[in-house]
Amino acid sequence: MELVDIGIKFALVAVIFGISLVVAMYSTYAERKIAAFFQDRVGPNRAGPFGMFQPLADGAKMFMKEEIIPTNATPFLFIVGPSLAILTACIGSAVIPWGQNLTVGDKVIPLQVTDINVGILYIFGVVSLGVYGVMIGGWASNNKYSLLGAIRAASQNISYEISMGLSIIALLLVTGTLSLGEIAQQQHGWHWNVIYQPVGFILFLVCAFAETNRTPFDLPECETELVGGYHTEYSSMKLGFYLFAEYINMFISSAVMATLYWGGYNYPGMDWVTAHVGPVIGPLIGTGVFFTKIFLFIFFFMWVRWTIPRFRYDQLMDLGWKILIPLAIANIVVTGVWITLAS
Amino acid sequence: MPNLKAGQKYIENINMITFYFIAFLSIFFSILVISAKNPVHSILYLILTFFTFTIHYILLNAQFLAIVNFIVYMGAILVLFLYTLMLINLNKESEPVKPFMVKMAAVFGGGILAVALVASLKITGTSDPVVLKDPGLGLVKNLGKVLFNEFLLPFEVSSVLLLSAMVGAVLLATKDTKETKAIN
Repeated sequence: MELVDIGIKFALVAVIFGISLVVAMYSTYAERKIAAFFQDRVGPNRAGPFGMFQPLADGAKMFMKEEIIPTNATPFLFIVGPSLAILTACIGSAVIPWGQNLTVGDKVIPLQVTDINVGILYIFGVVSLGVYGVMIGGWASNNKYSLLGAIRAASQNISYEISMGLSIIALLLVTGTLSLGEIAQQQHGWHWNVIYQPVGFILFLVCAFAETNRTPFDLPECETELVGGYHTEYSSMKLGFYLFAEYINMFISSAVMATLYWGGYNYPGMDWVTAHVGPVIGPLIGTGVFFTKIFLFIFFFMWVRWTIPRFRYDQLMDLGWKILIPLAIANIVVTGVWITLAS
Repeated sequence: MPNLKAGQKYIENINMITFYFIAFLSIFFSILVISAKNPVHSILYLILTFFTFTIHYILLNAQFLAIVNFIVYMGAILVLFLYTLMLINLNKESEPVKPFMVKMAAVFGGGILAVALVASLKITGTSDPVVLKDPGLGLVKNLGKVLFNEFLLPFEVSSVLLLSAMVGAVLLATKDTKETKAIN
């Protein structure tokens, strides 16, 4: 009995890991296709039908390229940097509820690897750890552009973590729990948190862009000023890991946003659907809805990237410290007053 | 229930082994922190040391403390440490050479401190095993209740302390620009 449970957990971890990698892989393809659409181009269309095999070709290319470790770099830390980046990107998915409990026969299978009661804080911790990959890699490269990129990444992440944390506090006032599983359950049907926390959601969204180093906040790798930023000296799959980590981060942060604010696997009329199609297909439809939301967020990330130009560094800091943080604090106060008056 | 007891014993054993292993790692990494030649390496070892502390908290079932230690110390304070060390150029040439007597005095002072610590630990009798009355003590709900009922005053006072430190830092940072403006 217990052995079966452990087996199911391992299978779930493996499936989620595989899905994260495949989604990240095809996000690179989607990004290029969407960029092409926005700029009235064709985009990748050579490898396979509609260029579907382009990510595979890119991956093979990355592995075949020459590994270069600069003479003056710190070799061990130079390798640790990208490894840490991809590790922290992958471990975030452990606490995300991917769907309602599946009931197969008399067995209940939770579609969440672990529902620790500090789930949000875990995500937050993983996010704050993510900056080490960039910092260590940038420093170990022994290159001034890499170092500048690393330093930018550190100050940007720390600045935006504060407003991210403050926007989550307002959400916690509404939900009253730190567990992501419970938060997803509370949003049953259409009671999505975004209805109660629209400002908090926008703050979280902006911070998510900054934490994943996506345009308009991709200053750590700003190629017009810093050549390649923190990954200037990187080549081959180590560079691939950095780029790949960004796409996994995008996937995970989309999943977190969908869970926290957009109802996760919940959709209007889900009880009716579950009653009609049974306890196995019903939750799976919920998971499908969840993934649709995630893909919409990923599309939004790309949409913004090809629409809004990059910020200047002082504008980035001004936005973080002088607009987002006061707005987040005001949001907490308003939420607190509203909850007190409502109860 | 002989089976359950055996299981508990097994889990206790695993906890014990994990504790000793992690305790060894904590001490090992903290020694590396002070013995590393490169200051950036020393900070990286410090990060690992704090990571082992996080595992200790989890072993004690203090989930909230563990994750806060993770976010605040590993995720914020040590990032700032690393940030500062990357900005200032610390190398052999800029390292201050201390006279032999100062080094000896430091060793002597450290030794006396160690003796005092060991003595105080022996008096308080920490070798007696600490038994948690309530295993759920470290969970967010219980911690919040205790913090906002019994320890509300110290909690608020410490927040004022942090605020004053913040205002002080801002004051120090702005004072400089005013003076340079006056000079200009």
